[in-house]
Amino acid sequence: MRAVRLALRTLAREWRSGELGVLLLALAVAVGALTGVGFLVGRIGAAVALQAVSVLGADIRLSSPQPLGAEYLDAAAHRGLRSSSTTTLLSVVFNGEASQLTDIEAVTAGYPLRGRVLVADAPFAPGVPVQGIPAPGEVWPASKLLAAVGGTVGGQLSIGAASFRVAHVLISRPDQGGTFAELSPSLIMNAVDLPATRLIQPGSRVTYAALFAGDRTRIDSFEGWLRAHKRAGERLRDISDATPQVRNAVDRAGRFLSLASLVSVLLCAIAVAMAARRYVHRHLDTVALLKTLGATRGFTLAVALLQLLALALLAALLGSALGFVAQEWLLRTIRGLLATPELPPVTATPIAVGFLTALAVLTGFALPALTQLGRVPAVRVLRRDVGPPPLRTLLAFGPAIAVVLLLIWWMVPERRLFLWVSAGLAAFVAVLAIAGAVLVAVAGRLRGRVGVAWRYGVANLARRRAESLVQLVAFGTGIMVLLLLGIIRADLNSDWRRTLPPDLPNYFFINIPPDQRAGFIAYLHGLGARTTRVLPMIRGRLIAINGVSVEATQRGREERGGFATREQNLTWTAELGADNRIVAGRWWTPADSGKPLVSLASEFQESLGLQLGDRLTFDIAGESVEATVASVRKVKWDSFQPNFFIVFAPGVLEGAAGTYLTSAYFSAGTARSLAPLARRFPSVSIFDIDELLAEVRGVLDKAALAVQSVFMFTLLAGFTVLLAAVQSSRDERRYESAMLRTLGASRGTVAQGVLAEFATLGALAGLLAAAGAAVGAFYLTREWLELRYAFELWPWLAGICGGALLVAAGGWLATRSVVRQPPLTTLRA
Amino acid sequence: MNVTTRPSTATQAVRDSVLKAENLCKQVSSPEGLLTIVADVSLEIARGESVAVAGPSGAGKSTLLALLAGLDVPSAGRVLLDGTDLTGLDEDGRARLRAQRVGFVFQSFHLIPALTALENVMLPLELAGNAEARRAAAETLERVGLRERTAHYPRQLSGGEQQRVAIARAFVTQPAVLFADEPTGNLDSATGARVGELLFELNGNARTTLVLVTHDRELAARCVRTLRMEAGRLA
Repeated sequence: MRAVRLALRTLAREWRSGELGVLLLALAVAVGALTGVGFLVGRIGAAVALQAVSVLGADIRLSSPQPLGAEYLDAAAHRGLRSSSTTTLLSVVFNGEASQLTDIEAVTAGYPLRGRVLVADAPFAPGVPVQGIPAPGEVWPASKLLAAVGGTVGGQLSIGAASFRVAHVLISRPDQGGTFAELSPSLIMNAVDLPATRLIQPGSRVTYAALFAGDRTRIDSFEGWLRAHKRAGERLRDISDATPQVRNAVDRAGRFLSLASLVSVLLCAIAVAMAARRYVHRHLDTVALLKTLGATRGFTLAVALLQLLALALLAALLGSALGFVAQEWLLRTIRGLLATPELPPVTATPIAVGFLTALAVLTGFALPALTQLGRVPAVRVLRRDVGPPPLRTLLAFGPAIAVVLLLIWWMVPERRLFLWVSAGLAAFVAVLAIAGAVLVAVAGRLRGRVGVAWRYGVANLARRRAESLVQLVAFGTGIMVLLLLGIIRADLNSDWRRTLPPDLPNYFFINIPPDQRAGFIAYLHGLGARTTRVLPMIRGRLIAINGVSVEATQRGREERGGFATREQNLTWTAELGADNRIVAGRWWTPADSGKPLVSLASEFQESLGLQLGDRLTFDIAGESVEATVASVRKVKWDSFQPNFFIVFAPGVLEGAAGTYLTSAYFSAGTARSLAPLARRFPSVSIFDIDELLAEVRGVLDKAALAVQSVFMFTLLAGFTVLLAAVQSSRDERRYESAMLRTLGASRGTVAQGVLAEFATLGALAGLLAAAGAAVGAFYLTREWLELRYAFELWPWLAGICGGALLVAAGGWLATRSVVRQPPLTTLRA
Repeated sequence: MNVTTRPSTATQAVRDSVLKAENLCKQVSSPEGLLTIVADVSLEIARGESVAVAGPSGAGKSTLLALLAGLDVPSAGRVLLDGTDLTGLDEDGRARLRAQRVGFVFQSFHLIPALTALENVMLPLELAGNAEARRAAAETLERVGLRERTAHYPRQLSGGEQQRVAIARAFVTQPAVLFADEPTGNLDSATGARVGELLFELNGNARTTLVLVTHDRELAARCVRTLRMEAGRLA
């Protein structure tokens, strides 16, 4: 209790001395970096889960080709769950003579239970959420349907034996599916109108579904009941069936961002260690005095520990607030990445994590130095030269390393990845530190050629080598990542189409019926388009490799793109396109026609670890087809021509029912004339590549921005290191400044020296950063984005000038009180 | 032992000693080899007695003070403080003993900058677990003439005031022995004289044993006896 009182009482006063401020700031930035990412990943994760259920339009969905019994809805109502029903069927919708095959969904009140229906008052307009379902006698057709049949809002459409008024245009509904093959336009109507259409006849292909949603625990128990009671042929889907890839991606992105925030945490930890050292140094006398007055070793340690604990708590709170604000800002910038416009609220977990992190950082980086306080001999009150025995190396660095490894393990609890990240981090810091040491040494050599203020500043850098290096690494890392992401974003945003051949295809057409193929191509030519090859496309699933079921062999490989279990698009062709290059095996000759041979794209082959001669079995429309791997192709995907992972030799799959796809180039003016094309070939789906790519680039750009903002914390962490370093050299600086001014230097000269020191430090960090960013950008643009890397001057200029300005400003703010102090005050003290 | 004494108190000292040193030695290792700072010092100080330790710089006065107060441990010999053998105690044991029996006044005051005058005086009482710390500290500050300064921090006080706070802190626990290391060394002569006056006045009232290391002849002269140290030995 006595220790608590003394700890709190002195803590408040200690605040003025500064080290605690730096310590708190460093801890708060560390916690902020971690919790910011924690909040963000938590919310996006929850949003993705919500999005996943909204794909179902419910928490669970029971569907069947037969009408569902009323007992399910009764049971759900009995358990306090919400429910709704849908009836889906394919039928033709007419507007006068014009018709379109449509996915008609008749819904009951409450639909959808999860997610939202967006409607508009004109085709292709931005959608707004709508409450309720179409009134009886009204329908909401999708934009494409309305355009295809030439209908208008307020007009009439015929479905079967009934006629309906178009009340709104349907922009999207949650359970619309999304695969290329299921792209018939949809229409929502009220279920009470369904009998009047007389569409449902014996033998009609109809899907009946019941949707349920509600409280998680009730849903779980209801799901158990449903599994036990549902009849054969009734299919149950829940959140775990919905979009596992997206959740995987979020997990991985979260892990990456956490690791990125770890860099800030580590830098802050260094600042904490520096501040703690200075704190200990300044408190040796006080502790010796306390001991003289009768305090035991345990008491003095308890006081220090309690102060740390209070700091950790405060830092966790401040840091969490910082993290929350950062996360809110970040979410605003990446909003478009998420399909759900509203995000679930944050949870408290990251705050707890933040507190534990603050405690861990203090334990690893401040506690070893603090234990020194307990070892100060009381006799120091009489003899100032007596201090505590030096810390043993193991005790000085052991806890810090242990804490860093613990943090990494907590973020990547996987042995291999953990070792990679740890080793990578150590190597990265080592390379940066060595490069920094060289730069400092070179700068030191050059100082003879500059004026007195600069010489004094640069000499300071060399003299406080260790501190200079830590700051170089800190700022270097922060600036490097910001520059690197800047370069990548600039690459993404640059109009890179200009670097590609101008007549590259800009539209894809899929689902071309075989009997309309010739007519369609001729029509395209008639519009002035330049078409590419036309390839057949059928759907199939890989079920076995060399006779062994894929389920058994590929379980561990799920993450690598899900190639094995995903339904694939297959094609066959006799000709190898110019954008395909055989890297193993051989392409077929006319003599191979009809032989069960298959050629694989290298991505597919590598992902599944396949080899030439392997036998692959596909399930194509219920029939097994086996083929031998005859060749592996490297595909140039950016040719924007139809290309497939899996290509069969001709004469094998011709019997299977499929459609065709092609791509074409339209010059800018002709794109408008695609509307009549959509009307003339209603089943053909059109994809505007430029639009798709713009969307993909937008996603990448926002992701890069998110990463960039996480590294803003790294820069902030760099500042805490700078503050800690200035603090630890404050007495020395004060003395030097007083000496210089006594010797006749003006305040301006001393200030110039300080500015020179920090500007040089910043410029060196910027130089280091620009070099690192150039190497990183070279690698990333070539290997990852597969773009051409062009050398750019701006990152070097921005790095060096920006670094110099930034660090000089920070250093000046941190030292100005030292420079301003009159020399007499210092020399008298 | 070359001692200036007043006969009556000298006899009393032998009868009731509060501090006794037997063959004290302190050696430290230095680049030049083993250095003897205190060599074979034996002495006995009676309860209520005031003793000055004088001698040139580097004679070992402060080291002797540190050994007598249990701040440092001797290389050989032993110290009995109020009947307790200090050499038999560990660091924490000596700290507890100091909390109960010993007060200190230092040349450079050694106040804790983060605490007010009152809190500085309360500190030794709080360390000893005294529930009346605040009241006792306020009373003592009043006795040293700093009633108006209780809420001030050390940096807001003059040197003389700081030393008076330090003296209040030393007396507030009513220690058996008060050690003072050059208590006027950092003060101008007028202030030094007033601080010396206060020290002896409080000492007289509380009947505390006073062990004083000083260069100040006037201050030494006010003590009952003076021990002279030269090159680590009592001259």
